Amino acid sequence: MSLDTDDPTVAAAPDPEPDNSLGGIFRAYLAKLKGGEVGSLPAVLGLVALVVVFSALRPEQFTNSFNFANLIGQSAGVTVLAMGLVFVLLLGEIDLSAGFAGGTCAGVLGVFLTRQDWPLIPALLMALAAGAIIGLSIGLLVARLGIPSFVVTLAAFLGLQGVLLSMIGEGGTIPYRNDFINGLNNANLPVWLGWALGIVGIVGYAASTYVADARRRAKNLTVQPILLWALKTGLLTVVVLAVVGYLSVERSRNPALTSLKGVPVSLLVIVGLLIVLTFMLTRTAWGRHVYAVGGNAEAARRAGINVFRVRLSCFILCSTMAAAAGIMIASRTNSVNPNTGGETTLLYAVGAAVIGGTSLFGGKGRVIDAVIGGTVVAVIDNGMGLLDQPQGTVWMVTGLVLLVAASVDALSRRRASATGHV
Amino acid sequence: MSPLLELRGVEKSFGAVQVLRGVDLSVQAGRVTALVGDNGAGKSTLVKGMAGIHLFDAGDYLFEGEPVKVTSPKDAAALGIEVVYQDLALCDNLDVVHNMFLGREMRRLRLVDEDTMEQRARETLDGLSVRTLKSVRTPVASLSGGQRQTVAIARAVLWNSKLVILDEPTAALGVAQTEQVLRLVRRLADRGLGVVLISHNLNDVFEVADDIAVLHLGRMVGQIEAASTTRERVVQAITTGVVPEGGAA
Repeated sequence: MSLDTDDPTVAAAPDPEPDNSLGGIFRAYLAKLKGGEVGSLPAVLGLVALVVVFSALRPEQFTNSFNFANLIGQSAGVTVLAMGLVFVLLLGEIDLSAGFAGGTCAGVLGVFLTRQDWPLIPALLMALAAGAIIGLSIGLLVARLGIPSFVVTLAAFLGLQGVLLSMIGEGGTIPYRNDFINGLNNANLPVWLGWALGIVGIVGYAASTYVADARRRAKNLTVQPILLWALKTGLLTVVVLAVVGYLSVERSRNPALTSLKGVPVSLLVIVGLLIVLTFMLTRTAWGRHVYAVGGNAEAARRAGINVFRVRLSCFILCSTMAAAAGIMIASRTNSVNPNTGGETTLLYAVGAAVIGGTSLFGGKGRVIDAVIGGTVVAVIDNGMGLLDQPQGTVWMVTGLVLLVAASVDALSRRRASATGHV
Repeated sequence: MSPLLELRGVEKSFGAVQVLRGVDLSVQAGRVTALVGDNGAGKSTLVKGMAGIHLFDAGDYLFEGEPVKVTSPKDAAALGIEVVYQDLALCDNLDVVHNMFLGREMRRLRLVDEDTMEQRARETLDGLSVRTLKSVRTPVASLSGGQRQTVAIARAVLWNSKLVILDEPTAALGVAQTEQVLRLVRRLADRGLGVVLISHNLNDVFEVADDIAVLHLGRMVGQIEAASTTRERVVQAITTGVVPEGGAA
């Protein structure tokens, strides 16, 4: 049926009867890919390729569950940072200061928790509030004064680096002496709790999506085929059970001395934030408005959306997430130093979001992109380290991967505008 | 029958430039009123005043027989006046449903109610006999110009609006798509809405309009019934600012 006929003799078919067979689902997915909607597919394929290569080259070291848990801890900070950055990237903006914003907030936590001896909760709130204030300042300068976010956050990057340095002192560190904070990126959940949460997650996903689909089907709305639902649920089940199972294995080299098993707390933090932020982005009107502002700010303004408030809220959210990321990074070493959140942290985080499929042009991206991309970055870093490659090579390879990801983004955009998709 | 919208002697100046010099206009429900005039005649200013983007300096603004104050686009929307701008203002990365409800998402328990939104979008499109959209879940970027115009118009009538103002809806369209959109415009009026159609194209005007209002240098030359006049007379009115003999309604 041609799209442009308005002939009354053409039957009013709201949606052509979808092909619900396996082949039909596959063909529909293929058509989406051809239209330029590649999503996270390149990142997932790349991840699989990297894991295969490293497993083949370093079978003993790379694939053991100790390294797997280690990898999650290494990637946690970058992944959380990237999750916040997704919101700013969705607007078509950038936040270069997020890394040091995280470091600064981790420093604030250290100052209150260790130096001032505050209780945990108020100190933690101060750190998160510091992030929110940084985001508010950046957001006001960008959204109200109209200074390009690149310049504002470049200035904030330099400035916050200085704030962190003068807060901690040249060459100094502030140790954390709080079990909860240090546990965030070092401790493991009890094995039973890992399994319980994994199973609750699977059942929760399966039940909620099934009920929603059934309701839509009853109302005669567009809905995914049941088979596709089953495929997605099956895939999720396999992944969750494999990850939890693997992490529940004893991974201590000397189990008699210290037992080391269970899902790392950092993974729970990542998954928790992933669920909450995805929910905000896809189910609330605010989330829709973020996409609208990123897609066409003028259209959003005329539709009565407060573009200024949406922009501001994204910058605040990004910097607050940066605070959480900074605390995750500092938690790993139980301390803050003037380089926390510095070096490659921010660049890895932006890279992670883009590798995962979030567009630098705005309007396209998901929170899970940050998790997938963060995992890719961590696997490269970790695997190259195991291959005894010098840091120079690691950075060159990571740069190359980012370049490939950005090319995929640009090419799929061109493809999309040629075929009319976004 | 009293007109749906009536303007009496409205004036508007930007600094020293007087753009509207006492314009009268009346729009009837169930009729398409075409607003024509050469560049600089004041069409856009008149429409922006009706939409609440600009304030008229002087004159009366009556809606459904009552004098009203329209000082912002929100006021206009509250009265049931919707404007479809030339550049449509759609978000390419969002689908048809999200575009139709942009900025006015329906909520249930504070969350976006996708189900009801999709149902209402579908009903509205069906009510306008739109059969050109394959799925309301298609991103707007993948639609043709005519389909995009259709989405923009459907968005305008989604909220039980009473008056729809269309700014050059066929300007960028091909022949077949122009036909489609004009038929849609006609259907709006047939459903009892008042329609104001701004157009440069007199073919379009004569195809759908019931009344033709001609603006010339900020003055209303006259509001003529389309059936009682000819192209030549309208062209003459647009260029000279005088309604030729026998052309007035």
